[in-house]
Amino acid sequence: MSKKMHITLTVNGKEEEFLAEPRELLIYTLRERLNITGPHIGCETSHCGACTVTINGKSVKSCTMFVAQADGADVTTIEGIGGPDELHPLQEAFKEHHGLQCGYCTPGMITRATKLLEENPNPTEEEIRFGMAGNLCRCTGYQNIVKSIQAAAATMNAAKEAAE
Amino acid sequence: MIPAAFDYYRPKDLPGVVALLQEHGDDARVMAGGHSLIPMMKLRMADVPHLIDMQDVDGMNGIYVGDTGVRIGAMTTQAELIDSAELADAAPILREAALQIADPQVRYMGTVGGNVANGDPGNDMPGLMQCFDATFTLFGPDGERTVPAREFYEAAYMTAREDDEVLTAVSFPTPAGGYAYEKQKRKIGDYATAAAAVQIVKDGGSCASASIAMTNLSDTPVFSEAAGAALVGTSVDGDAIRAAVAAMLNDIDPVDDNRGPVAFKNHVAGVILTRAIERAWSRA
Amino acid sequence: MKDEVTRDDRIAGLKGMGTSRKRVEDARFTQGKGNYVDDIKLDGMLFGDFVRSPYAHARVTNIDTSAAMEVPGVLAVLTAADLEPLGLHWMPTLAGDKQMVLADGKVLFQGQEVAFVIAEDRYAAADGIEAVVVDYEELPVITDPFESLKSDVVLREDLDPTADGAHGPRKHPNHIFTWEAGEKEATEQVIDAAEVVAEEMIYYHRTHPCPLETCGCVASMDKVNGKLTLWGTFQAPHAIRTVVSLISGIEEHNIRVISPDIGGGFGNKVGAYAGYVCSVVASIVTGKPVKWIEDRMDNLMTTAFARDYWMKGKIAATKEGKITGLWCHTTADHGGFDACADPTKFPAGFMNICTGSYDIPTAYLAVDGVYTNKAPGGVAYRCSFRVTEAAYFIERMIEVLAIELNMDAAELRRINFIKADQFPYQSALGWEYDSGDYHTAWDKALNAVGYDNLRREQAQMVEDFKSGKSRKLLGIGLCHFTEIVGAGPVKNCDILGLGMFDSCEIRIHPTGSAIARLGTISQGQGHATTFAQILASEIGLPADSITIEEGDTDTAPYGLGTYGSRSTPVAGAATAMAGRKIRAKAQMIAAYLLEVHDDDVEFDVDRFVVKGAPERFKTMKEIAFAAYNQAIPGIEPGLEAVSYYDPPNMTYPFGAYICVMEIDVDTGEHSIRQFYALDDCGTRINPMIIEGQVHGGLTEALAIAMGQEIAYDDMGNVKTGTLMDFFLPTAWETPHYTTDHTTTPSPHHPIGAKGVGESPNVGGVPAFSNAVHDAFRAFGLRQAHMPHDHWRVWKIANQLGLHG
Repeated sequence: MSKKMHITLTVNGKEEEFLAEPRELLIYTLRERLNITGPHIGCETSHCGACTVTINGKSVKSCTMFVAQADGADVTTIEGIGGPDELHPLQEAFKEHHGLQCGYCTPGMITRATKLLEENPNPTEEEIRFGMAGNLCRCTGYQNIVKSIQAAAATMNAAKEAAE
Repeated sequence: MIPAAFDYYRPKDLPGVVALLQEHGDDARVMAGGHSLIPMMKLRMADVPHLIDMQDVDGMNGIYVGDTGVRIGAMTTQAELIDSAELADAAPILREAALQIADPQVRYMGTVGGNVANGDPGNDMPGLMQCFDATFTLFGPDGERTVPAREFYEAAYMTAREDDEVLTAVSFPTPAGGYAYEKQKRKIGDYATAAAAVQIVKDGGSCASASIAMTNLSDTPVFSEAAGAALVGTSVDGDAIRAAVAAMLNDIDPVDDNRGPVAFKNHVAGVILTRAIERAWSRA
Repeated sequence: MKDEVTRDDRIAGLKGMGTSRKRVEDARFTQGKGNYVDDIKLDGMLFGDFVRSPYAHARVTNIDTSAAMEVPGVLAVLTAADLEPLGLHWMPTLAGDKQMVLADGKVLFQGQEVAFVIAEDRYAAADGIEAVVVDYEELPVITDPFESLKSDVVLREDLDPTADGAHGPRKHPNHIFTWEAGEKEATEQVIDAAEVVAEEMIYYHRTHPCPLETCGCVASMDKVNGKLTLWGTFQAPHAIRTVVSLISGIEEHNIRVISPDIGGGFGNKVGAYAGYVCSVVASIVTGKPVKWIEDRMDNLMTTAFARDYWMKGKIAATKEGKITGLWCHTTADHGGFDACADPTKFPAGFMNICTGSYDIPTAYLAVDGVYTNKAPGGVAYRCSFRVTEAAYFIERMIEVLAIELNMDAAELRRINFIKADQFPYQSALGWEYDSGDYHTAWDKALNAVGYDNLRREQAQMVEDFKSGKSRKLLGIGLCHFTEIVGAGPVKNCDILGLGMFDSCEIRIHPTGSAIARLGTISQGQGHATTFAQILASEIGLPADSITIEEGDTDTAPYGLGTYGSRSTPVAGAATAMAGRKIRAKAQMIAAYLLEVHDDDVEFDVDRFVVKGAPERFKTMKEIAFAAYNQAIPGIEPGLEAVSYYDPPNMTYPFGAYICVMEIDVDTGEHSIRQFYALDDCGTRINPMIIEGQVHGGLTEALAIAMGQEIAYDDMGNVKTGTLMDFFLPTAWETPHYTTDHTTTPSPHHPIGAKGVGESPNVGGVPAFSNAVHDAFRAFGLRQAHMPHDHWRVWKIANQLGLHG
């Protein structure tokens, strides 16, 4: 065991302070220390993306980041994207278009998709497949995930147009 | 998969980094995005008692495109490379290559410095830097020094960087002519079965100069001077390409692994290089 | 003016069978509020993890745990010596063998569990594992089953070499069983006398289900009340409870097993693993809850591999292509222990469905199970007990026969299909196929892809290749598969003596909503959505008013769980039957309320109406309330029912798949231009979910056919232990699929449904693999083993001399 560090994180808009060993992986910080269990652990070697969260505006696999690295960071998980009172259009679209089955990859998938649509609000099927290639799904074969993201993009673009 | 415990440092400047490296010697490692190192630590295949996180170190970021050359700070991420319009203009092959590295999440974290410095023969940037004839800037106890990329790699994970030095930037003359980065891999997120970086300058109907390097076909990246030379003065026709491929095959030394046996890799190296040359020539 | 509510509106309002009802599970999953095993956090919970063997075959001469006990946070280290007094150092497998829980003097595969470190958290456990010192004495390693049967090296020294195994006589110390079906002599005579015989060795390589969530559990022994609660990633929670009771001696009523949300199973989570036993023991020893979660390497290296069948085949036919006989001898690599998950009487699962979709009058199958120094398992990875192996075998043999006959493989299939009027069809290897219309499905598929044009284009590409114009070839991968799912009739299907029925219990609440509990457990299949649809149609209450609950053995009726596409055929039937019991009682209540005889009311969508007087009715909602509010003579209050359904037969879904694939001869890369999948799963409960199952199963098939494998080196080291090397396709490598269907209901199933979850994997693998083979058919390829990754495809081309 090494010396514990004082860590400050903002997670889903809430400031968190605690002492932790630097080797604590951010995914465990979220899941076990902060009880934010939406992000999951699938491969542990940064291939599957089930642990994807947004850190300082980037999609990051939180199983491959030490909590020490994240000290001072702003973190958004699936829990910060939308809840029962106001679902994010991606959450709506995944439900509507059967974009999930066992649900295990879904939080990482949706979290990654929020960033993809932020960078490319109107992606083609090919761009979605490439932009989501850091997230593995064992159940859906991706076809309905692509469809869900396209549908969410359309909803979000329509809302943006209506607001303008 | 839980790594062994370590002490963590986040120095603010390079002298601070070097002081830690001097203090801890072999027991210390610098880390940029961590996406090569952390999995190794989790698998307990890398033992790092002292981990130096570079994220707060000044002067390691930024892409500078000058009139004749480009300088990229070591902490620049693959995602930043891809997003840089200036770079896409000055050295478009970088974007083409970076898009073939890992996956979107990893590209947000993975850095140019990490990719070139750790000496993993599977990494894409070292071969590309050799193709560019880039120079690496190292900062150590005696200040800065530079090492040509073509002289940096000694063996797998063995480089010209001393234990108490940090790679801070890569610099290269603005590449000229046509380009191609061709990579065969098993899937997104995989290292190359074979990859080729090619820059060709065309003068009239013939090749004025050519620079060719390949990745993951030896324990270091392979810059083949002879392969480039085989194209110079030719119209880059079939014979010239075959000569370049033959020269390259002479320089590589692939090993048998899950991507396939040596005979396959040699064959694919030739195919990938042929395609890269043809594409670069078509853009020259 | 009041809007008229039509009968169609009432039907639509139920969201019953046949509607693409949106999934009720998705609200929690899309918001990160699923509850998976690793999400469980209990006060004082400890964490256990394994010291694993780096060797594939070695004696364990000493285990020194003293340094580990000094690691801060480590509380205990269990070894076989600690478990032996409890009789728990070995455990029974589902296949009638036994397996070490912790290494008892030796290890038989890399990654085998050697010691269990119990610590305050996962960090201390990991540090403790590093500190345990194990002395090994390496033994010769056998990774080849053929070599194993010839070797002097005895792998299982614990077994009496002369004694019978669980499935009869053993021929060699490393032999497990021989299992036979069909007529040996008759088949050999047919083959000897045949005009044409094609012979080939078909290898279906070792792979792994690899769900995104690994296996794990939390065991909590409440010593005050003597109750054990075990949460885990269990595809068969009730069977796990029985197994835990049998091996621990804790009475079954004192054990509560809970399968919470499961992050995919695909067969990986059927078996009983050392981690479960050790967690239970650790909780009993420490008096605290203990969690064990596999990491990905543990998962790939140690729990439940799939396939690894060497299938030697001979297929006989007339010159015109009418098949006269099929012979198959399979050598099955089971690893260090026989831990296959198959019904007891079927040690090679349903491999005897290997006559496939074809009317083959005479057939013989023999399977030899063999021990090697590989991980145990042999589970049905998205398949029903070796059906994938059987389907791959026959669909490859058909292609090889087509080559032998110089015949079109689509036409060869057509002339050998079992005809629609032959059902129910008795197969030569002992099954009674319930229903099918293969010719209709096949013609629809061939038309959909423009088969004749594809063949013309393929021939042109061969010409272009030969003339040096192109370096690409086109493969047209055909597959017509017949599955056998829904295990199964209790008369011949059991696991550990437990009959493979399933169950449903329904309680209707006074206000007309309901809860139904089943013996199955969803791992993504959407049971909470689809079982409610079956009930909605059966009992006339809206699916949205019906809660479906599974996975808690304290509340759910006993059932054998979810695998082998058995949930719809068995538990789905139980649901319908329980619903019909509800309806029968509701009919009596309705008749009483309407003051007519029971026979004078009839069910209509959501109500009982008086025959001939449709204006006189009672809705199911009204009837539900009456059941709790009226004293009805001769009828007990309440409205509940339970059904334990023992299926009279298996169901036989089928399908026609066509994969069109371009292959780069020089790099071995492929590109899938088109994939058409027609499935006939009988009555369709939720088309949206069926389509999703097909997409997912095809993608798993793509992975298996094109790259995924558990590969070993000669030392028995696993070469594919992380997701860098174990191929799971991303969205980028996965093609777009076209789905289609025909509907041939099962005549013996209450709602005619057959099950679909595994069809796309069973049929997909041959379609992808046949596409690769077909691309090279013009150049003389007969057989090349999977996976068809780049270098192996390159090797095909190289061996055929296509690289100049």
